[in-house]
Amino acid sequence: MSAKEFLLRRPEAASIISLFGIVAFYVIFGGVNLSNLFGAASWVNFAANLGIVAIPLGLLMISGELDISIGAMIPAGSMTVAILSGYYELPIVVGMLGAIGLGLVVGLVNGILTVRTSVPSLIITLGTLVAMQGVVLAGAKLLTGAASVPLTAPDWAKMLFGGLVGGSYQTVVLWWVAFAIVFGFVVHRTRYGNWLFAMGGDRVSARNAGIPVDRMTILLFMVSSVSAAFVGMCGAIQFNSAQVSGGMGYIFNAIVSLVVGGTLLTGGFGSVAGIFFGTLTFAIVSQGIYFTQIDRNWSSLIIGVTLLVAVAMNGWFRNLAMSYAPRKKA
Amino acid sequence: MSEKNVVLELKNVNKSFGPIDVLHDISLKVRAGEVLCLLGDNGAGKSTLIKIMAGVFVPTSGEIRMDDKPVQFKRPKDAADRGIATVHQFGGTFPLMSVGRSFFVGVEPTKGWGPFKVFDRKTANEIAVKAVQSFGITRIDDGDRLVGGLSGGERQSLAIARAVHFGARVLILDEPTAALGVKQASHVLRIVNEAKRRGLAVIFITHQVMHAMAVGDHFAVLIRGAVAADFKKGEKTREEITDLMAGGESMADLEASIESSLASHEGESTATV
Amino acid sequence: MSNISSSPRFSLGSLVRRPESGSLVGLVVVYTFFAVLGGAVFVGAPGWSSWLNIAAEVGIIALPVGLLMIAGELDISVGSVIPASSMMAAVVSGFFGLPVPIGIMSGLAVGLLVGFINGVLVTRTSIPSLIVTIGTMFGVMGLTLGLAVAIAGSTSVFLVPDPFTKLVLGTFVAGMFNVSIFWWGAFALVVFFLLHISPVGNWIFALGGDRQSARNAGIPTGFLTVALYMLSGLAAAFVGIIQLMTYQSAQVAAGQSFIFNSIMCVVIGGVLLTGGSGSVIGIVIGTATFAVVNQGIFFSGLDPNIGSVIIGALLLAAVLSNDGFRALALKYARGKGSAS
Repeated sequence: MSAKEFLLRRPEAASIISLFGIVAFYVIFGGVNLSNLFGAASWVNFAANLGIVAIPLGLLMISGELDISIGAMIPAGSMTVAILSGYYELPIVVGMLGAIGLGLVVGLVNGILTVRTSVPSLIITLGTLVAMQGVVLAGAKLLTGAASVPLTAPDWAKMLFGGLVGGSYQTVVLWWVAFAIVFGFVVHRTRYGNWLFAMGGDRVSARNAGIPVDRMTILLFMVSSVSAAFVGMCGAIQFNSAQVSGGMGYIFNAIVSLVVGGTLLTGGFGSVAGIFFGTLTFAIVSQGIYFTQIDRNWSSLIIGVTLLVAVAMNGWFRNLAMSYAPRKKA
Repeated sequence: MSEKNVVLELKNVNKSFGPIDVLHDISLKVRAGEVLCLLGDNGAGKSTLIKIMAGVFVPTSGEIRMDDKPVQFKRPKDAADRGIATVHQFGGTFPLMSVGRSFFVGVEPTKGWGPFKVFDRKTANEIAVKAVQSFGITRIDDGDRLVGGLSGGERQSLAIARAVHFGARVLILDEPTAALGVKQASHVLRIVNEAKRRGLAVIFITHQVMHAMAVGDHFAVLIRGAVAADFKKGEKTREEITDLMAGGESMADLEASIESSLASHEGESTATV
Repeated sequence: MSNISSSPRFSLGSLVRRPESGSLVGLVVVYTFFAVLGGAVFVGAPGWSSWLNIAAEVGIIALPVGLLMIAGELDISVGSVIPASSMMAAVVSGFFGLPVPIGIMSGLAVGLLVGFINGVLVTRTSIPSLIVTIGTMFGVMGLTLGLAVAIAGSTSVFLVPDPFTKLVLGTFVAGMFNVSIFWWGAFALVVFFLLHISPVGNWIFALGGDRQSARNAGIPTGFLTVALYMLSGLAAAFVGIIQLMTYQSAQVAAGQSFIFNSIMCVVIGGVLLTGGSGSVIGIVIGTATFAVVNQGIFFSGLDPNIGSVIIGALLLAAVLSNDGFRALALKYARGKGSAS
C-alpha cells in the first residue's frame, strides 16, 4: 500500500496524528520539556490501566455493543481480592480467582441479556453498573464494616501484578502491551477478528454467513468485565488496599480513547493499534498537562476539544477511504 | 429449450401468519441453467416466497423438493448448506470491510496452524478479485479496497460472484436492479446471464418488466399471494405482462376509466390530499 | 382482506399497549414495597417530601432528556451544565455583586448556549450525539473549573439571594417540600402539551422513527434538533440555579450523577433508547419510581447501598417488561386482521 492509502485506510491514522498534535500543542503552548515528559511514568501508568479496559471495550464497540458496567467492575475486582485475601486472609490466588470469577459472571449476565432481549446493551450495562455499585458498597460495608480494605499480597504476586519495573513503571504497563499484542493479533490476523467486524457491520448477514454471533457477543462481554476486574485487582495489589470508588471516570475516558483511536461508535470499523494510540493520546492530554505551565484545570476542556477534532478527522479519513480508488490502468 | 433438471420445486405451498393468508397454493419449478423471473407488484407476496425458499420461514402446508426429493429447511443455514444463496438488494456486503474480507466472511482462508492460524489476506484478495473479474467486472482489481467505495452495481456483482464461488446451485436475486441506474443495471443483468451459463438455477425477483424480459427464460406472476400466470419466454408480450401485474385489468381500460372520470368532473375543484 | 373494526370498544389490549402501563405497575409495586418497610413515616409527609424533592430535580432534566431520546439522540452534557450554570450565576451575582436576576439570566444563557452548540454539532456533522455530548461535557467541565479558579480563585462560590428569589427558587414549603417540585409539575405540563397535544410532538416522534422520512415530509429536522438540545441545556441550567438558590453555593463537581440518573428515569418510564416511542406520563412515572427507591431505602432500615442494587434490578426489570409488553402489543394488533 502506498503512503496515502495507508493513511486513509488504517483506522489508527488519525489517532497517531492526534498524538503528535497534542504533544506539539503542549510543547508550543505549554513549554513542556520533552525529556521530562517521556521520562515520566505517571501518564504511562495511567494509560496502561485505562488501556487494558479500553481494548476489550473497543472490541465490543466494533461488534456493535457498549459496556458501561466496567465503571463498577474495576472497584469490584479490587474489593473482591482485598476482602478475600486481605480481610479473610485467604491465599492470594483465591482472591485473584474470585475477582476474575466475578468478572466472568457479570460479563455472562450482560451478554445473555443482550442477546436474548432486544434491549440495547447501553441500557443493560447501565443496569448492571448501578447494581454492581450497590453490591460492592453493600458488600464492603456488610462484610468488613469499612469502605476501604487493606491487602498485603505475597512477594510473587506483587512482582507479577503490583510491582514496579524500570523505575516507576507499574507492571500493568507490561500487561497492557501484552494485551495489545495478543488482541491485535486475534483481531487483525485471525478469522475471528473478521467475524468481529462482520457482526458490527451487519449482524443479520453475519449470522447468515454462519458466524456464531450470540456466542461471540457473550464472550466479548465476559472479556470486558474480566479485564476491568483485572485492572482493579492489580490496583489493590499495587497499592495494598482497595477502595469502593474510582471506576466511574474510566467509562467516559475509555470511550474517548476508543473514539479518538478511530473506532466507529456504530460498529464495524476500528483497530487495536488505534485504540492503543487513542489511549496514549488521552493519557498525555489528561496527565501530560502537569508537565506544562498550563493550569491543570483546563485539561478537561482540552480533552473535549481533542475528542471532537479527532472524531471529525476520523470521519473525514473514513469517507476518503471509501471513495479512494487507485487510478491505475483499466 | 430442452427439459433441464429441476433443481428446486415448490408444490402447493401455503403460508399464513396467524389468521392472515399470505401465499396460496404456490407451485413452481426452477431448472438449472434457467432464469425464472418472479414478477408481481408490491405486496403480492414475493418476499415471503423467497424467504420460504431461503429457509427463513417454514411453509404452513405444501412441499419443497430439491433434486426431486422432499426437503425441509428449519433455518436459513439448512437452505444455504444445500446451495440456495440469496442476494438482497442492500446488505450482506459489509461496506466497511475490504473486498477480500467481505468475500470470505465466515469462511476465511487461513494459513499457519494450531491457535496461530492467520487470516490469509493475500489468498483471500486474489480469489475474490479473480472471481468477480471472471464475471466481467474488470474495474475491481484491488482486494483491499473497501466495499463501501464500490458502486451499487459492483456490490451486487461482488455478492453474486461470491454466491457462485461458494457453490450455489440456486441463486435468488431479490430486486437486484431496483436501485440501480441503466448502465449499472445492465452490468448486473450480464452477470445474471453468466450465472445462468454456468448452470445455476436463477430466481430473479423484480417488478420491472423490461429487466425481466432481458434475462428471463420462464416467468411467474404473483398477484395477492397466488400464481396468476406461469409461462415461458416468448409466450406473452411486454404489454400483456404489465397488464397481468397490474391486476388483470388491461392498461387501456384503466386509462379509459380515468379519462372519463376526469371529464365528468371537469370544473370541480380538485381537492388534494 | 382486512377486517377494519370500527366499533370503539375499550379493550384491555389497548391499555396494555400504552408505554406507561408497565411503568405505572412498577411504581405501584415499588411504592408498596417501601411503604411496608418504611411504615407510617414513609407514607407521611417526611417520606413524600424526601422523594418528591429528588424527583423534581432529576425530573426537570429527565423531561427534555426523554424528548431527545424519543427524537433519537442522547445528551451527556447535562452533567456539566448544572454546575456551569450555577457557577456562572454565583460568580456574576455572588462574586461580582451584580443583581441576582442578571446572575440567573447568565446561568440560563450558559445552558442555552451549550445546547445550541450540541444541536449544531449533531446536525451539521456525522458525529453521533453520544460522542458530541461527551465532548461538550468535558469541554464545559473544563471551562467551569478553569474559569472558576481563574476568576474567583476557588472551586466553590457563595451567593446569598434576596428574599423574593429565595422564595421562588430556593425555598422549602412547609419546611420540607422544595419549591422545585412545583416547577417540575409546571415543566411537565408544558412538555406534555408539547409532545402530546401540539403538532411539534408528532415531529419529535417522526424524527426518532426515521430521520430521513421526517425530513422528506417537510419537518424542519435540523431546527427541531437544535431546539431540543437548547431545551435540555436550559433545563439543566435551571436545576443548577435552583440548587444554587437552595444551598446558596455553587460547586464545580456537582451534576455528574444526573447523567445516568436521568437516563434511568426515562428508560424506566418506557422511552425507547432507539427512539420513536415514549410519553411524558411515562417519564414522570419513571422519575417517581427512581426517586421512591432512591429515598425509600433510607426509611426502610435496609443498608442504603442496597438501594443501588434495587435500582439496577428495577431498570432491567422495567426495560425487559416494556420489551415484553411491546411484543405482546404487536402480536395482539396483528391478530386483529391487519395485514403487514
